[in-house]
Amino acid sequence: MNGAHDMGGVHGFGAVLPEPDEPVFHADWERRVLALTLAMGATGQWTLDAARFARENRPPADYLSRSYYQIWLAGLQQLLVERGLVAPDELEAGRSLRSAKAVKRTLAARDTAGLLKRGGPTDREAPRPARFQVGDQVRAKNMHPVTHTRLPRYVRGHTGTITRAHGCHVFPDSNAHGHGEDPQWLYTVSFQGRELWGAAADPAMVASVDAFEPYLEPAR
Amino acid sequence: MSRAGDDLHHGADHEHGSELSETQLRVRALESLLVDKGYVDPAALDVLIETYETKVGPHNGARVVAKAWVDPGFRQWLLTDSGAAIASLGYGGRQGEHLVALENTSSVHNLVVCTLCSCYPWPVLGLPPVWYKSAPYRSRAVADPRGVLHDFEVELPADTAIRVWDSTAEVRYLVVPMRPAGTDGWGEAELARLVTRDSMIGAGLPKRPQDVR
Repeated sequence: MNGAHDMGGVHGFGAVLPEPDEPVFHADWERRVLALTLAMGATGQWTLDAARFARENRPPADYLSRSYYQIWLAGLQQLLVERGLVAPDELEAGRSLRSAKAVKRTLAARDTAGLLKRGGPTDREAPRPARFQVGDQVRAKNMHPVTHTRLPRYVRGHTGTITRAHGCHVFPDSNAHGHGEDPQWLYTVSFQGRELWGAAADPAMVASVDAFEPYLEPAR
Repeated sequence: MSRAGDDLHHGADHEHGSELSETQLRVRALESLLVDKGYVDPAALDVLIETYETKVGPHNGARVVAKAWVDPGFRQWLLTDSGAAIASLGYGGRQGEHLVALENTSSVHNLVVCTLCSCYPWPVLGLPPVWYKSAPYRSRAVADPRGVLHDFEVELPADTAIRVWDSTAEVRYLVVPMRPAGTDGWGEAELARLVTRDSMIGAGLPKRPQDVR
């Protein structure tokens, strides 16, 4: 979706403000939101891609007015309600008012280290040969799905070069919406700064994205 | 997106008494509800927090970089099969399932961003800082990387090429900064003290010997 989350090239946000000796968390509730998000993710009721979509799928003014962990909180609450795990009145009450829904698993303290260690690899066996190889010129498609995608707007319609191939991975555009993993070839595509940003761009810069094969078409 | 300061204002300033922020109250209610429902185990939450607050952090990545600086065989392995080389030091897993190391040289400087959200190599760097997730960084890194580096007080020669890596899939990037001059004969542990988090994102340079001695 063309949401406020897709920030590459947007003007007006001002300077980056690094914070010396920044703590890992700025408030105790941030710790809790991180842990609740990871623990609920482990119940297997949604995918990481669905979680990303829940965070980004909100009015731009709403997205831009929240801090990052507030966006995580909003996304988590939305998924919980959407999947029928909790109801809005229970969120208000802070306690269960109805019986719980069965979940695939509950993360126990003793399994936590193992879960983090395993992570969630997204590489999959290739269902078909790769269409492109390193060195190929490709154009990022001019596409504007209202659903989840990982092709940022600033590269759409622009021509770049495949500079790395990463094998086949779970396709977020499908997986975020319950349509299955639909593994696709994944490439790093590098774009010259002037191709993306015009004549005023730094001639010595290149920007790359990791793009799934359905995002790309041959440039010739 | 609002800045870290907003979190500070609504969070740390109002930790006590009746002045709990709305967000803090919401999170408390949510946690109570999810525990009440049996969806989450409070002990698991504590382990998750402890892991990312005290165990996993940039010191992991610093160890990887320092080893690459002293061991040419490891450096080569790191640059050709990053995940395996990093796993040999015990790091991998969540949000670092597919790691790629990028080497800075005198002619090329790498800078990593996630314009769409906050993708970051957790096993080697921990959780991302607020600035990495902020709108100013995400919007400008891909369009004006030299301007962004200026915000970090990093000035590179005009002919140094800048490669910006937008982490739009599950590949996570770790920058291997250039080894500072004046560190001949240093051991790995000593060198690791020079490797800053920002230098492994490409937003900073390592410390110099005089900064730590």
